[in-house]
Amino acid sequence: MKGYSLSKKEKRTLGRIIAALALFVVLFAADKTVVLGSVFHGPAAWVLPFCLYLAVYLLIGYDVLWRAVRNIAHGQVFDENFLMCLATLGAFALAIYRGATGQEIEGFDEACAVLLFYQIGEFFQSCATGKSRKSISALMDIRPDYANLVREDGTTEKIDPEEVKIGDTILVNPGEKIPLDGVVVKGASALDTKALTGESLPRDAAAGDEVISGCVNITSQLEIQVTKEFYDSTVSKILELVENASEQKSKAENFITKFAKYYTPVVVIVAALLAVVPGLITSDWSTWVYRALSFLVVSCPCALVISIPLSFFAGIGAASRHGILIKGSNYLEKFNVANTFVFDKTGTLTKGNFAVSKISPAPEENAEEILRLAAIAEQNSNHPIARSVAVRYGKAAEGGYTLTNIAGKGISASKEGETILCGNEKLMRENEIDYVAESGLGTVVYVAKNGRFVGSLLISDEIKPEAKDVVENLNGMGCKTIMLTGDNEAIAADVAAKIGLTGYKASLLPQNKVTEVESMLKEKKQKDVLCFVGDGINDAPVLMRSDIGIAMGGVGSDAAIEASDIVLMKDDLKGISLAKRIAKKTMSIVFQNIVFSIAVKVAILILSAFGITNMWVAVFGDVGVAVLAILNAMRVNSNYTVPRKCAPASSKDAAQ
Amino acid sequence: MKKVYKLEDLDCANCAAKMERAVAKIDGVDSVSVSFMTQRMAIEADEDRFEEIMERVVKACKKIEPDCRILR
Repeated sequence: MKGYSLSKKEKRTLGRIIAALALFVVLFAADKTVVLGSVFHGPAAWVLPFCLYLAVYLLIGYDVLWRAVRNIAHGQVFDENFLMCLATLGAFALAIYRGATGQEIEGFDEACAVLLFYQIGEFFQSCATGKSRKSISALMDIRPDYANLVREDGTTEKIDPEEVKIGDTILVNPGEKIPLDGVVVKGASALDTKALTGESLPRDAAAGDEVISGCVNITSQLEIQVTKEFYDSTVSKILELVENASEQKSKAENFITKFAKYYTPVVVIVAALLAVVPGLITSDWSTWVYRALSFLVVSCPCALVISIPLSFFAGIGAASRHGILIKGSNYLEKFNVANTFVFDKTGTLTKGNFAVSKISPAPEENAEEILRLAAIAEQNSNHPIARSVAVRYGKAAEGGYTLTNIAGKGISASKEGETILCGNEKLMRENEIDYVAESGLGTVVYVAKNGRFVGSLLISDEIKPEAKDVVENLNGMGCKTIMLTGDNEAIAADVAAKIGLTGYKASLLPQNKVTEVESMLKEKKQKDVLCFVGDGINDAPVLMRSDIGIAMGGVGSDAAIEASDIVLMKDDLKGISLAKRIAKKTMSIVFQNIVFSIAVKVAILILSAFGITNMWVAVFGDVGVAVLAILNAMRVNSNYTVPRKCAPASSKDAAQ
Repeated sequence: MKKVYKLEDLDCANCAAKMERAVAKIDGVDSVSVSFMTQRMAIEADEDRFEEIMERVVKACKKIEPDCRILR
C-alpha cells in the first residue's frame, strides 16, 4: 500500500481495528490462561467473558450493527451487514445458551473475532480500491487548472481554460501544462508528453507547430494560438473517455454480479434449512445452528464482486499509463480474444510520408538534374508525390515556366523553347520518348527534357520500423493480419511480404474499405473478433463498424477518439502488442479470481456443513479470499515496459 | 437524455450492483450503469420526466445504501 495515504475515515477505522485487535488479543490470552468462565461459579459463570467480549465486539462492530438495523428496516434481508450481525450475534446467543445450560463456556471469542476480521477485510478492500482509483486519477493530472490569456495590450491574465475562445493567444510558462490545443506562434521549447502518450522522450515544438493540450512545457515560454475550445480539446476528450471507461461492463463483471445476486439468498436459505431440518431430526440444536451460522459468515459475496472490476480497472489503468486508452472493460475482454487484425496501409503500417527512394539517371545524366527538372514541373502541385520531390530537391524550383497538367499522365512545363515532361509511362510513350522502365515498387516519375529521356524517380512510402515485429508477434499468436490499401496489387504484395502479413486487399477505394470490412465481419465465425487498425483520419466509419476499432496516433484527432474503442496515443504499432499483453494478463487474473474465490467459498460451505471446520476457518477463508483476490488483481498493474528479451533499461520510469 | 452522476461514499461493490438493478427497474429509465471503481452512475432516461425519474433513483439508492449520496 505504499504511496497511498489514508483518508480520514480510513484512519479512524484503522485506529479502531488496532485498538479492538489489541484488546481482543489481551482478552483472548487471558481467557485461555485464566479461563474467564471459571472466575465465577454457578449458572451465571458465562456473564464475565460475555461482557468483556461484547465490549470489544461493540467497539469494532457498532457501525455494522447500526447499518444492519437500518437496512433491515428498509427491507434489505440479504444485506451483508445484517447477515454478519446475525451470524455473530447468533454465535453469542449460542455461547450464552451453552453457558446457561452448564456446558463448557466457549464461543464468545469466535463471535467477536468474526466481526473483527470482517472489518479488517473491509478495510483492506477500501484501501485497495482507493489506491487503484488513485492510480487512474494520476492520469487526471493532465487536467489544466488555468490558462494565461494574453490581452491585446500584452498583459496576461489567469483564467479558466473553459473561458478561452478559438483564436485567443495564451502563454505557457516552463513547468505549466498546455491547457488547450493550438499552434505555437512564438517561442520554441521541449514538451513532455508522458502523461498523454507514455513516451518519455520530450518532443520539440517551435513556431508553426501544432501542440496538444495536456503536454507539459519544459524548457522555455511558448505563445500559443488556440485552435479548439476546451471541451473539444484533447485533454477533455481523454478525460471523458477515462472517466467513462468502466461504464461498458465486461461479461465477466456481469457474470459475477449475477452470481452474487443468487449466491447470498441461496446460502442463507441453505443455512436456514441446515439449522432447522437436522435439528428437528437429531434435536442436537446447538451443533446445527452453529454450522448454519458459519454459512452466514461466508454468505457475503463482496470480495468476489470487488476483485473483478478491480482487475479490469487496473488493466485499463496500466494501459493508459502507456498511452493506450481503452474505452471499457468489455473491450479489454474482447481484445484478449481478438484474432483478426485488419490494418489500413498508409499511415498505419507505413509512415504515410512518401519519399524519393531511388533515382535512376539516364546515361550521361545526373541525379541532381532529374530532381531539378522534376521540381520545376511539380512546383504547383500539392500532391504527396510532388511534395516528396520538393523535399528531396531541397531548393526553390526555378519559376517562369508554363505548367500544363495532362490528366492521368503528368505535367509538361515549358519556357523559351525548353519543354520538360514529367509523368508516368503513358506520358513517355505518347511523346515517343525512349525511356528506361523502372521496375522498383512504388510510384515512378519519368522525366524528359526536349524529347530526350533524363531519368526516373522512384517514390515510395516507408514501412514503419516496428511493423514487422508487431505483425510477426500477432501471427505467432495465431491471428490473421490483413492489410487494406488503395495501392495496386504489385505494391500491396510487396509491402505485405516485407511485413509478413497473412493477407491483403489491394486497389480499394476509400469507400470500399467499409464494404470490405463488412463482408469480413459477415464471413467470420461468431467467436472471432475483428480489429481494425487505422489512423482515424478517413476511416471513422470502418473503426465504428469493426468489433474493435483501434485508432493510432489519436493525439489531436478527436474524431478518431470518438469512433474507436482503443486509442493508441503514440503513433507506434507496438502499442497493439502491449495492449494484447495487458488484456491477456488481466483476463487470466480475472479468471483466476473467479475460479479461486468461488472454489474456496464452496469448499468452506461444504466443510462447515459437515462440521469439519469451525467459524474461525470460515471467517479466515472469507476475508483471506478477499485479500488474496485483491492482491492478485493488483498484479495487473505490473511492469509492462520491459519486453521480455531486452535489457531492463526503462524499468526505472515504469516503476513510478 | 444521458447524464453521469458522481457517487459519494459508495463503499461496497455488491451494493453498486444492487443499485444498478434497482434503478434499471424504475419506469422511464432506458439504461443505467453504476461503476463501483469510478464511483459514477451513468443514467439514460426519458428527457421530459428526467427530474421526476431522478428523484425516484435517489430514493431507490437510498434504500439500498443509505451512506451513499448521488451528487446532483
